[in-house]
Amino acid sequence: MSDEATTTSKSYLTPFNVIAGIIVVIGLFITALRFTKGLGAVTNLSDYNPWGIWIGFDLLVGVALAAGGYVTSAAVYIFGMKKYHSAVRPAILTGFLGYALVVIALNYDVGRPWRLPYPFLIQQGTTSLLFEVAACVALYLTVLFIEFSPAALEWLGIRKARSIVVRLTLLLTIFGVVLSTLHQSSLGALFLIAPAKLHPLWYSPYLPVFFFVSSIIAGLSMVIFEGTLSHRFFADKMDEEHLKEKDTVVLGFGKAASLVLAGYFIIKVIGVSEGNNWHLLGTSYGLWFLVEILGFVALPCYLYAIGVREKKLNLIKWTAAWTVLGIIVNRFNICLVAFNWHLPSSERYFPHWMEIGISVFLVTVGLIVYRFIVSRMPVLYTHPDYPDEH
Amino acid sequence: MSITRRRFLSWLGAAGLSTAVGNTANAASNRQFTGYPESNGVLFDNTRCIGCRKCEEGCNKVNELPQPDRAFSDLSVLDTKRRTTAKTYTIVNRYDDIRSNANGPMYRKVQCNHCLEPACASACFVRAFSKTETGAVIYDASVCVGCRYCMIACPFEIPTYEYDSAFTPRVMKCTMCYPRISKGLLPGCVEACPTEALTYGKREDLLRIGRERIRTFPERYVDYIYGENEMGGTSWLYISGAPFKEIGMREDLGITPAPKLTSGALSGVPIVVGLWPVLLTGIYAINKRKQKIEKDEKEQAVLSAVKNAEAEAEAKLADAMQKAEKEKAAAIEKAVAKALEEAAKAKEEVTVTDVEEADKKSTEEDS
Repeated sequence: MSDEATTTSKSYLTPFNVIAGIIVVIGLFITALRFTKGLGAVTNLSDYNPWGIWIGFDLLVGVALAAGGYVTSAAVYIFGMKKYHSAVRPAILTGFLGYALVVIALNYDVGRPWRLPYPFLIQQGTTSLLFEVAACVALYLTVLFIEFSPAALEWLGIRKARSIVVRLTLLLTIFGVVLSTLHQSSLGALFLIAPAKLHPLWYSPYLPVFFFVSSIIAGLSMVIFEGTLSHRFFADKMDEEHLKEKDTVVLGFGKAASLVLAGYFIIKVIGVSEGNNWHLLGTSYGLWFLVEILGFVALPCYLYAIGVREKKLNLIKWTAAWTVLGIIVNRFNICLVAFNWHLPSSERYFPHWMEIGISVFLVTVGLIVYRFIVSRMPVLYTHPDYPDEH
Repeated sequence: MSITRRRFLSWLGAAGLSTAVGNTANAASNRQFTGYPESNGVLFDNTRCIGCRKCEEGCNKVNELPQPDRAFSDLSVLDTKRRTTAKTYTIVNRYDDIRSNANGPMYRKVQCNHCLEPACASACFVRAFSKTETGAVIYDASVCVGCRYCMIACPFEIPTYEYDSAFTPRVMKCTMCYPRISKGLLPGCVEACPTEALTYGKREDLLRIGRERIRTFPERYVDYIYGENEMGGTSWLYISGAPFKEIGMREDLGITPAPKLTSGALSGVPIVVGLWPVLLTGIYAINKRKQKIEKDEKEQAVLSAVKNAEAEAEAKLADAMQKAEKEKAAAIEKAVAKALEEAAKAKEEVTVTDVEEADKKSTEEDS
């Protein structure tokens, strides 16, 4: 008996649990501070810089990296690529958790979070792109919840409800793609109203298109990236189908990512031409812009292509991680680096450590919940009682 | 009084005509909002400004803002460049090195410009901002969520936020003293200005006054009224003795009103909602059909393969049968031939014996 107790308590003290535990404690402390002392106490936000990393990272990056849900479900259920079926559930779970965290993060960022339903219930500011973002994110979170529910219902053994939801798959997928197209692009369109503040190399009337297309890249790369991590840590949870399809998914998604990156590179070049901003490439902002589109767009496009052609799975996986980093760089550039570029450096924003703390805290919470769910629900394997899935 | 038939018809005609004409005119033109008619504004003439900060003080008093750390009479505050804050709706900055002006420093007053088509109002997702017919752009804290998108959107960097308030943070900005001007009073800053650097009045009149001053003293002014067209026009107007760039005002804002910058993206929304489901269902249907055809073809292939195999087997069987029959026939023929041959042989033998016997006979006869 006592032996058993020690082994249990020992098994809880894994490095992951310890680090996650510390982060959660710090996160809760900052949370308490944020909601009792106000934004000023925990952030470096100012009148010049009203948006910091809680928007730049938690909202913009969070939503982009959660795009795997709509990309994968569209590939499988609309484009009929059934060989990627095993990637759908993990992608939808990540998407759902991603969006849930985005909404939680917004509660930290807005001044009066308890009024978040106001734009829907009290007064609708339909001329605002933020209204569109809010409406789509709220609806899409609901769609993702329903899309994910079969896994939970199988786990709980509620057959009837599950079969109803499964029959809605196509409808939900189409709804999900429509909503994702809208809010992924609208996040870029948010900045259309500020041409005077965003550096001309990043400001473009095509911003919504850039954001939408890069969200597809983010979605594809995240599925590869996260599949690799899942395989490393949850291989025991995977069934034969998942293990067998794993490499197919990596190759197929890598190929698609290479293609979309090529398209994205072309439209980014068109963006520079449209504004006739070539002369700005020689400035320091121009160099940073070149780093972004050569280092984080053209390079991964090439590496993905090589990886797929020569079937180098490891190269594809590393490229996926690099591309995810590239998405973060892009969103940060638009929201923070190239935004307010005209201001003197003394007026520029750099995040307070507590802002970073909350972002890390939320990602950690996401990982914990992901782990909780995949170790219980049929996400990485097909439930033996419901083999008719495909 | 009853309505006569003639009057009724004329109403009807007018209604019909105005509907038709109004719509066509709107559809054909590039619609432009040039501000509410008769709306008010303020003209700031920086050649008259002496940097006394009385306007700041007046603003602070009438808006009941918190007392500043340093008194309004302390002009050393002007040594640093300031901006509007949550505690100050307006500030005055001093610009020392004006190249074109040898008469010493120039001043510029900063406050909300009260755009004709405000970026903040366009960006707000709860419609907390509104452009009133007085010209003032006002803010309703009772619905504000605190997303601060208005601050991102404002090209003049005017709105500020009460970051230090945990429970009731508000966006703070100049209201053109909306409560006062609604009662016919002057805005606090205008009333406090001792040099008439600020003129409150109808925007149309202010434009005329500005042009008149520039025309009368061309050597004193830059030939430009700032705010006449910036971001689609603002209710606050500026004339200056120095290029606007040199007194910290941006000359690269353009004349497009903020709502126009996002209207294209917004107009894409219903199109996506309308067309995406059609497109996606189409792709789904095409793929489903492709898969069905694939399946059918597979079945067909299997079926025809089986059929082929069957036919082949049959043919083989028939072939074999035929061969067997042929062989049988051949064997029979062979047997028959053999028998005939044997018979013929026997017959021959008999004949030979006959001949021999005859020969014998003749020999005997000869002897």
